[in-house]
Amino acid sequence: MLEYTEKIRETARKLLQDGKVDVFIGYKKGSIGMMNEPVLIRDPDKADLLYWDSNCGLNLCNYLTKRTDRIGIVANGCNSRSIVTHITENQIKRDQLYIVGIPCTGMIDRRAVTDAVKDKDILEFHEQGGNFTVTGKDFEQTFEKKAFLQSNCITCTHRNPVESDEMIADPVEEQEGEKAYTDVEEIEAMTPSEKWDFFTDMISSCIRCYACRNACPLCYCPTCFVDESSPQWVGKSIDPTDTMTFHLLRAYHCAGRCTECGACERACPMDIPVRQLTKKLNKDVLSLFSWEAGLSLDQRPPLDVYRPDDYNDFIR
Amino acid sequence: MTEKIFTKEEWINALKGLMDAYRIFVPVRDGELHSFKSLDKGEPDFDYPNTRLSPKSLIYPQSEGMFEYSLDEEGPDANIVKEIPKDYSPQAIVGIRPCDAEAFQIVKRNFDNPEYRDPWWVQHFESTTLVGFGCNAPDSTCFCTEVGGGPFNENGLDVLVYDLGDTYLAKCITDKGEAFLTKAGGMDADDVAKKHAEELATAAAGKITVKVPTDKLKGKVLNELFDAPFWDEIAFACINCGTCTYLCPTCWCFDIQDEVTGNHGDRIRNWDSCMFPLFTLHGSGHNPRDNKVQRVRQRFMHKLKYYVDKYENGVQCSGCGRCVRYCPVNIDIRQVCETMNNYESA
Repeated sequence: MLEYTEKIRETARKLLQDGKVDVFIGYKKGSIGMMNEPVLIRDPDKADLLYWDSNCGLNLCNYLTKRTDRIGIVANGCNSRSIVTHITENQIKRDQLYIVGIPCTGMIDRRAVTDAVKDKDILEFHEQGGNFTVTGKDFEQTFEKKAFLQSNCITCTHRNPVESDEMIADPVEEQEGEKAYTDVEEIEAMTPSEKWDFFTDMISSCIRCYACRNACPLCYCPTCFVDESSPQWVGKSIDPTDTMTFHLLRAYHCAGRCTECGACERACPMDIPVRQLTKKLNKDVLSLFSWEAGLSLDQRPPLDVYRPDDYNDFIR
Repeated sequence: MTEKIFTKEEWINALKGLMDAYRIFVPVRDGELHSFKSLDKGEPDFDYPNTRLSPKSLIYPQSEGMFEYSLDEEGPDANIVKEIPKDYSPQAIVGIRPCDAEAFQIVKRNFDNPEYRDPWWVQHFESTTLVGFGCNAPDSTCFCTEVGGGPFNENGLDVLVYDLGDTYLAKCITDKGEAFLTKAGGMDADDVAKKHAEELATAAAGKITVKVPTDKLKGKVLNELFDAPFWDEIAFACINCGTCTYLCPTCWCFDIQDEVTGNHGDRIRNWDSCMFPLFTLHGSGHNPRDNKVQRVRQRFMHKLKYYVDKYENGVQCSGCGRCVRYCPVNIDIRQVCETMNNYESA
């Protein structure tokens, strides 16, 4: 990933020096193993802070909402789709952006790696080809990256950016995504009461920190419904009904807009697989409208379009 | 003070034997994380780094009913606000880490001082015996030694347990701890075991090598830190979730809500977070901390400056490292502290 990092630095430095952008948004190497921190660079001399490896899991599109300056930004497949969604939803203008496209081979599930090294403290992370090595005080282990991808990356079918002004490297081969919804199908096969139990159990450890919501670039409402106090739509305690209301409404709000970037799940401090909800809606939108979010700037999302020839009777 | 030795099996049996006298909470592995659960709800696992959530909710529940009332005008209790009864029977948090016990001492200065005394926090705290487990292998994100604690720090604990490999050495710190250990049993510890325990504590402290300077915070001019230019940069990545505040053992802020169903109302106290815009939203619609830079600054200024100035007892942080480990965007309080500590205004 060293070559990506160097190219990103070089590109950002030049964009800032030439005055093509006012700021550049990317990642810098984190202060702990397997974590990188989103960073905003203004000074071309600070471009060397920029960094790229398979731990860049937080969607940078979050930092674009309603900005008024000219922005350079790195974007892999899912992040570029979120940016397209942002543009389509009028949160940022295409001509404000200089998108530095990154062909992506997936992000690593940090928790799975921690599990594989039996909770040992990972201090250093290095990537070479398809493998990565984690090092701690008294251990060093090398793994195949493919076996430790985030769940959204395993089934990803858009690893290359759909929109970019410049590519950092040649596109990577796309994966076949036919088994993307196996887990959703398993839940679909449950009885209603089994489903209720499954989701109740899934969110039982939720602490209402809203990391899933805030890590999501789709959640840009000036005031989220859970933060409304007059009227108050949902209770603030950890009452299971209120917690479920939050999760269900958050998921529905993402229908037809989610790009499966996985930031929500990665951010959750309680390891809740919140994508089980959004994935079902993605599956429905795909089967009902043949729609995957953020693939084109020229198409309106299905849920904000009315067509007189809609096949549903109720809407005609 | 008494020091007792237990084999690991004896220890578990002793805890089970104490279940009539105490509500016992222990770390239980749940998927990839540990959480404190009642001993009858899971297998204790004392070989653990730390729980994902601190045990703060056992003394200060995330949601706790304060009062209840009836809005039924015909009923005998119409419009009378009654305190909701709470369980103040003795409880023991067994396996709490020294940083989390220290955190209760930090929080106590806020909830139990000459000016204010929070009746619920104080009663929960007083009914609790803290049986700590020292940390033989502190994590790289731990920095208790830098904020006045240590992996075998006794402050705030009633009993401190040393994991000697095949056995546990349990050392009494307070009378509460003495009462607990007397009921628990065990053999008197010999000098070999005591020496082993001492060596473990020294070795563990040496494993924390990170330096987090806090020495100059007290001398800084509050307004200069408040107006410092570095906040924009620190706050950029923040997504304003509540992970840091809810995982933090020393964050104490709350919100009080009335929830009414039919004619029955409950007044509930819930944890709140300075990361949330709603936390400071005024009834007028004005919000004094309307943007995230203000909110991020508040969190760090509170912990590392306001608390330092107000209580003159160090920072509002016990160095547990949870916020460092679980911040989704890797905002690291150790770096922020260093930036604040070393800041010289122009």
